[in-house]
Amino acid sequence: MSEIEQIRQLERKSKMRNAVWTTAVFVLLILWAIIVLFPFYWMLLTSLKSYGSYNSEYVPKFYTLSLTIENYIKAFTAVPLARYFSNTIIFTLITTGLMMLVVVLSAFAFSRLEFKGKNLVFTLFLSLMMIPNELVVITNFVTITNAGLRNSFAGLILPSVTSIFYIYLLKENFEQIPEELYKAAKVDGTSDFKYLWKVMIPICRPTIVTVLILKVIECWNAYVWPRLITDDENYFLVSNGIQTIRESGFGRENIPAMMAAVVVISVPLIIIFLIFHKKIMEGVSRGGTKG
Amino acid sequence: MNNKNNLKGWLYLLPAMIFIGIFMVYPLFDVFVYSFEEGYNFASQTYQGIGLYNYSYVLHDPYFLQAIKNTFILVIITVPLSTTVALLISLALNSIKKLKDLFQTIFFLPYVTNTLAVGLVFMILFKKTAYSEGLVNLLLNSFGIASIDFIEGPYWAKMFVLCFYTIWIVLPFKILILTSALASVNKDYYNVARVDGTSRWRIFYKITLPMISPSLFYLVITGFIGAFKAYSDVVALFGIDLNAAGMNTIVGYVYDMLYGNSGGYPSFASAAALILFAIVLTITVINLLVSRKNVHYQ
Repeated sequence: MSEIEQIRQLERKSKMRNAVWTTAVFVLLILWAIIVLFPFYWMLLTSLKSYGSYNSEYVPKFYTLSLTIENYIKAFTAVPLARYFSNTIIFTLITTGLMMLVVVLSAFAFSRLEFKGKNLVFTLFLSLMMIPNELVVITNFVTITNAGLRNSFAGLILPSVTSIFYIYLLKENFEQIPEELYKAAKVDGTSDFKYLWKVMIPICRPTIVTVLILKVIECWNAYVWPRLITDDENYFLVSNGIQTIRESGFGRENIPAMMAAVVVISVPLIIIFLIFHKKIMEGVSRGGTKG
Repeated sequence: MNNKNNLKGWLYLLPAMIFIGIFMVYPLFDVFVYSFEEGYNFASQTYQGIGLYNYSYVLHDPYFLQAIKNTFILVIITVPLSTTVALLISLALNSIKKLKDLFQTIFFLPYVTNTLAVGLVFMILFKKTAYSEGLVNLLLNSFGIASIDFIEGPYWAKMFVLCFYTIWIVLPFKILILTSALASVNKDYYNVARVDGTSRWRIFYKITLPMISPSLFYLVITGFIGAFKAYSDVVALFGIDLNAAGMNTIVGYVYDMLYGNSGGYPSFASAAALILFAIVLTITVINLLVSRKNVHYQ
């Protein structure tokens, strides 16, 4: 009898211990979730408060009942936010498109075509992956300046096109397509280009989409190169726009208007993330890093 | 036929070769050339001599020494701390079933956000101005701690904000890598250990840790590399003039030498960038040597 009692007591104890453990785990997770989400909540909240009510709150309120969109109007009128925005969209689209073209063509060459020197070039490409951007940016700055391409889209885009890692990623993916398919297409007289376009790209669409999204995120957040190569506001991207707003926009003190600009800039990526979060996380865990 | 194939292969590679050649290979050699050209004049593109003066100038520049100090402090604090916190959070994530996807998605959010934009929010949360103490200070006040100016105040306060923001930014990547590493550990090991009545701590130390050690070391290595290259998060918090704020980093020094009010010196910038590269390379080699001894590869 007493043994059964003892076992029951032990069971109860371990259940208790598990409950305490689970609670601790959730406390940790919820705490970090708050730390992650709070800045987003705060920017949204502040952007909806009027300038007057924000400044009259010595202790800021954690909610507001009198929502206003005046800050958003101000963000688009007082600073050229719409221009930063359209610049970034142009930059992102062209850079991503060009990169995709370059990457697909070379991944195809590496995975399907046979030619002399292929392996040597591939090894060379791989070793270049280890070169940090900081080393090459200096010469690129001089090259672009000497070519008279400062404050132009060409100057912004051209050095941002190369992405060796994506060539590698796509080549691996292309190689998984059975060689027989290629040979069959050859027998049918399909040209290489048509085969790439009609067979390989559709089959590898998931990876291509992942690469596209990752590159779009990278372009949208680009800061260092655009800052080096543009000093004309007409060519600023959103990151540089934010920095200008921080240094001089809205008389430096209109924080609600600044937050409205921050929200406008953050929203596109957050939408992309909410739609594609599975793909993005999968792509990043396959070897992306934050550069 | 063979010749035609050769030509075709190179043709497909041509676009990539052009871009990589102009914007990666040539600059790689050029940066060494610049770093040895003394008294290089950007306007006339002439130089006076060849030698090590650029390196000696950079290594004696108080701004560079400050940047080295800042960068090393940032690296030493954030790399171990962020890896540990990421490990804790991943372990917690891995031990729950309900809401796991939701938490994972939330935790990854900082990865896709614009560093500059969210940095501005962090600045406002920490900033103390004439008419407002800032939210973080109000929180401190409620614990009876006096307000601190985190953005323009004492050095350690600024360093604290920088480390905090850096960890906030880098954690999503680390959590993602560690959660997938933890999820791929064979469940049989745990079941056997549980039957044997092994304690949680022992399971973690004897099973989990060795099994995920390759991912952990991957994170430490990329963490070191990333932290040594810190720049845009620093700009987001303290503005463009990092030297005035005393918060410059090595990469920031390189860019300041190249461009802006203090710019126009690609030679000094090249020397500083190569010094940074040497530091990062050394640390990475040390990391690899350490990992060879301690990491358990299956």
